[in-house]
Amino acid sequence: MFDKDRWIEIFETIKKNKLRTFLAGFTVALGIFIFIMLFGLANGLENTFEKYFKDDQLNTIWINGSRTSKPYAGYESNRRIRLKNEDLEDIQNKYDFFIKGLTPRITISSEVGYKLKSNNYTVRGVGPHHQFNELTVIMNGRYINEADIFNKERNVVIGRLVKQDLFGSENAIGKYVNGGGRSWKVVGVFQDDGGDNEERMIYCSYTTLQSILKSSDEVDQIIISYNPEIGYEGAIEFEKNIKKYLKSKKKIDPNDPKGISIRSASNDMQQNEQFSSALNYMIIFIGIGTLLAGIIGISNIMVFVIKERNKEFGIRKAIGATPNSIIALVLQESIFITTISGYVGLFFGVLLLSSIGDKLEKTYFITDPYVDFNFAVSATIMLVFFGALAGYLPAKKAAMIKPIKALNEK
Amino acid sequence: MIRIKNLHKSYEIGSNSLHVLKGIDFNVSEGELVAIMGSSGSGKSTLLNIIGMLDNYDNGSYELDNILIKDLDETKAANYRNKFLGFVFQSFNLINYKSAVENVILPLYYQGIKRREREKIALEYLDNVGLKNWASHLPSELSGGQKQRVAIARAMVSKPKVLLADEPTGALDSKTSTEVMSLIQEINNSGKTILVVTHEEDIAKMCKRVVRLKDGVIVDDKKINQKVL
Repeated sequence: MFDKDRWIEIFETIKKNKLRTFLAGFTVALGIFIFIMLFGLANGLENTFEKYFKDDQLNTIWINGSRTSKPYAGYESNRRIRLKNEDLEDIQNKYDFFIKGLTPRITISSEVGYKLKSNNYTVRGVGPHHQFNELTVIMNGRYINEADIFNKERNVVIGRLVKQDLFGSENAIGKYVNGGGRSWKVVGVFQDDGGDNEERMIYCSYTTLQSILKSSDEVDQIIISYNPEIGYEGAIEFEKNIKKYLKSKKKIDPNDPKGISIRSASNDMQQNEQFSSALNYMIIFIGIGTLLAGIIGISNIMVFVIKERNKEFGIRKAIGATPNSIIALVLQESIFITTISGYVGLFFGVLLLSSIGDKLEKTYFITDPYVDFNFAVSATIMLVFFGALAGYLPAKKAAMIKPIKALNEK
Repeated sequence: MIRIKNLHKSYEIGSNSLHVLKGIDFNVSEGELVAIMGSSGSGKSTLLNIIGMLDNYDNGSYELDNILIKDLDETKAANYRNKFLGFVFQSFNLINYKSAVENVILPLYYQGIKRREREKIALEYLDNVGLKNWASHLPSELSGGQKQRVAIARAMVSKPKVLLADEPTGALDSKTSTEVMSLIQEINNSGKTILVVTHEEDIAKMCKRVVRLKDGVIVDDKKINQKVL
């Protein structure tokens, strides 16, 4: 391996057989390049997936009221079902064991301003537990608390981008913003991984919002975090029970598919996970295929090259080359070429991937494609190894035949 | 130098066996220039290949410089070839992507001689065959006679005990043939043992001893008056 003379011999051979070297190298470089691109793009697709679904806790159930589609108990169909504060309390009391926390949500849109700047924002009236449902991260100050709910305080927690819009670099905590003709005290600033929209949100106490909306006791949505220990099956059972309970409470036909709608993250997540694992299997399959095609390609070239050089090996043996020196010559050349070109393919693959960033997110749902570098290097080493193995067998055969047979070839 | 006793060799061709050498007894002393003659299929090339350890034999014995050459593994055979033998072939067998001097260097490379030194030695030998100015030319840029002279330089560069030439003039015109044979005589006169396989009487006459093979046996073996060139 460290025989300088052999390296010189190899470099001379490479220099004088440029096409052969190029073809072998190109096969390997292309194989690795495609492999890297494929895995990188697949990872990018998964990134997009995660970005969209990472926002919410998995053990979450959303309950909405909607219009009924069947008449029942003296009520006509198409009756609008509304969730109320008492439903919240009833669910809390009845299903205490299953529930980790729950919160109502009332969503309105309102113009909110500070000094001369103002803007239209989504305002959500929520309870303290909402922070855990949405995985909201407090940057400064605090979130809505029980005291805000109880006292119907006009306190708001604003998103990072709301703070940026209205306050710029000014400290927002303790300042008052105007909204709906009233002033509200900013008690906290939050960030959220769910994207820009989530950070252009303002949270306040739902009781406060209800008092402003003409002392209504209605909520748009009830969000429940269930105990993760009940598992997937338990969650489905829990969902069914709540639905049944609310339907009987609101006097909705038990067979009515409408009236109460329940969405759960676990359901969404399971589907997504299935989809993404199917995608993963496909990509692994194609990736291994690509690598195999590369190995077969380099094997073919090696077999051809050795066949082509058979006579040369005969000559070398006639003037004193040992079989081992011939095997070493072939292997070292092939390992050298595959290693160099493998890393060239690796380099360009990684370079192209990292230059993509989020450019493909809008059209192809590919965000920040990447490959694990160790993984990519292992793939390259594997290709080099199998390329060498593919070269070893015919090289050994060529090195062992009687020189006279090789010399007699025309 | 060479002692061969009752040498047999047959080739398996499909299910048939072709008996090529049927008991050869043959000795060569140091400094001889021997022509091995015979029509095609007489076994002359096979004999030379066995002497050159390019091929093995079935029965009998072959000693080269008092070393029994039998059933050598390829590594050992390669070492012996490198140390004891030089080859000249009808089709030159130069490596086509290596220049004249690089071809001549190769046996020295396999002897493990240092780079600078082997380059010097190779150029010396190319000079001996009158091709110093062609050192950097590829075989494809040389004439047939020049190629054969490069091959002779390559065969001689490792200072072999025996030079084996298989139809060295077979691919050359008569003028070039004479030049190559003159070179071979010169090398022989410096004390080297040389075996030349040929089917041309003219070439055989330039040697000191002629051995005739027919159907795998030696039918004639005598010293002749060399036609000195």
